[in-house]
Amino acid sequence: MNWIRKRLDKIKEPFQPGEKFEKFAPAINALDTFLFVPNHKTKKGAHIRDAVDLKRTMITVVLALVPALLFGIWNTGYQYYKQLDVEYTFIDAFLHGAYKVVPMIIVSYAVGLGIEFAFAVKRGHEVNEGYLVTGLLIPMIMPVDIPLWMVALSVAFAVLIGKEAFGGTGMNILNPALTARAFAFFAYPTYMSGDKVWVSEASNLSAVSGETILGTLAAGKSVDYNSASMFFGTIPGSIAETSALLVLVGALILIVTKVGSWRIIAGGFIGAAIMGLIFNALGSSVFTGNALMNFPWYNHLIVGSIAFGVVFMATDPVSAAQTLKGKWIYGILIGIFGIMIRIFNPAYPEGIMLAILLMNVFAPTIDHYVIQGNIKRRQKRLKLQTVKSS
Amino acid sequence: MSEENKPTELTKEEKKKKEMILFLSKSEEKESFLSKANQKLLTDPLDDNNPITVQVLGICSALAITVQLKPAIVMSLAVVFVMAMGNVVISLIRNLVPNRIRIIVQLVVVASLVIVVDQVLKAFLYDVSKQLSIFIGLIITNCIIMGRLEAFALGNGPWKSFLDGIGNAAGYGIILIIVAFFRELLGSGKLLGYEVLGHKGLTLEDSTGLYALGYENNGFFLLSPMALIVVGVVIWYQRSRNRKLIEEN
Repeated sequence: MNWIRKRLDKIKEPFQPGEKFEKFAPAINALDTFLFVPNHKTKKGAHIRDAVDLKRTMITVVLALVPALLFGIWNTGYQYYKQLDVEYTFIDAFLHGAYKVVPMIIVSYAVGLGIEFAFAVKRGHEVNEGYLVTGLLIPMIMPVDIPLWMVALSVAFAVLIGKEAFGGTGMNILNPALTARAFAFFAYPTYMSGDKVWVSEASNLSAVSGETILGTLAAGKSVDYNSASMFFGTIPGSIAETSALLVLVGALILIVTKVGSWRIIAGGFIGAAIMGLIFNALGSSVFTGNALMNFPWYNHLIVGSIAFGVVFMATDPVSAAQTLKGKWIYGILIGIFGIMIRIFNPAYPEGIMLAILLMNVFAPTIDHYVIQGNIKRRQKRLKLQTVKSS
Repeated sequence: MSEENKPTELTKEEKKKKEMILFLSKSEEKESFLSKANQKLLTDPLDDNNPITVQVLGICSALAITVQLKPAIVMSLAVVFVMAMGNVVISLIRNLVPNRIRIIVQLVVVASLVIVVDQVLKAFLYDVSKQLSIFIGLIITNCIIMGRLEAFALGNGPWKSFLDGIGNAAGYGIILIIVAFFRELLGSGKLLGYEVLGHKGLTLEDSTGLYALGYENNGFFLLSPMALIVVGVVIWYQRSRNRKLIEEN
């Protein structure tokens, strides 16, 4: 360990203040803090220094993502061999999935971190670890057959317009990973929806229908998957969103480590369930023709990206609501809007992406009113005639 | 006494001289059509005081008609005409118009000019006129035009108003053309209708240029939110280049 430390200090020498490569110090410091815990010491007085910093938070999220990612890689191969109708082993499926997914992850990290490093050097601040999660999330929510250059372009858009334009990590109003997906969705709709993109290489085979469950329902056809396969995730869909089970494992990690807010996750599922129940009731009485409305509410919770979105996207601490009451409202509204867009808009068979982006925009407003409500309540209680703050 | 009087006499003479100089310089300014102040009227709105990127006026039409380059150019020219003429007319009658009804008078002037533009487009550029549809008529309500009439033409002479109108309309047009350039190039792979990035066939083999390499048109650029984002990027670039435009807080 000591040897690595010394070696790193040697490498860092030309990057010290006043030396030749001073400008590029953020880049080398990022590598340094990636390997070693920064040796900050409290300078004045007594402080408690928590061991949890941004890096540890982000690594926890990455760990929570790993089960869903590994399953997604296997499922990619599984769907591929299933459509070919040939003999295959577990390893075959996994290798095919890795062959498809790993390049996407590499491209996402290379492009995103490249832009982050360039901005850190230009603006003279340290590189933040926020992109470690975003860079992994982006390939996980893309269809498997999307061309790599589209991934690169979406990443560049999300990091440049979604994040750096607003001031970098911690300042973005929209979730960067969802910004990337929304960009790809509106820019290249033929690569982001339909029945040819969700299963690896499906576009080269004419007879196969690789439509997602929601897409099938929106088209008014019946679904031949049962609830168990929807829950375990052996269905076509974006790479890592299909398995509700492994997303819940990730949710457990996030909740136990207190990295993700359980209020938002619970709120999201409750909102979606309520909306699903309402539409089920309406579907059996008023609008009888809509297949999505008659889709049972518990199935609504486990198909599509609602579980993945609520657990990993809605809980993004930067773009979510901050107050405790606000988190409930934010989560429940995401669930409600997600199901509503899903059912009423056949052009967007999956609504959770748009629902989360919409609520990202409203999160500061929710917080504002929660805080104002709290202030008013306390004023009433104290019977103080203070001047109202605007 | 004589000693005390001398300075006042001097100052009187000086005053006269100063007045003469002032008068001369004023008359000089009146004579030279492109003095520095007048040049500034023309160039300021192009960058430092751009109506779209700095004053954030006239955004609506920037979103609506920038999908293709040709309508954007025609629209810019139409606005240049309406704005320059409107400014001149209002400036000429500014002392005759009662203050209370000035907005109505402005609207009447602008509306008649817009009708002229609309008829000319219908006669000579029918397809573009169809594409622009309602937005030519909506020039009447373009905030930049009303803003310049109110803020400038009502208080300045015709020549200055003319320059101000040209300058502001050109500042508006430049942004429109920049946005339309990117939106048409990236959204449909064309410029002024020519396929500059190659031809896209049904399959890869049929395609030429970039499309043969697997390139795809970016559908997001055809939607109006992208116009807003492009304007935002232009603002970002302009302010990083011109630091004095950055607000304090």
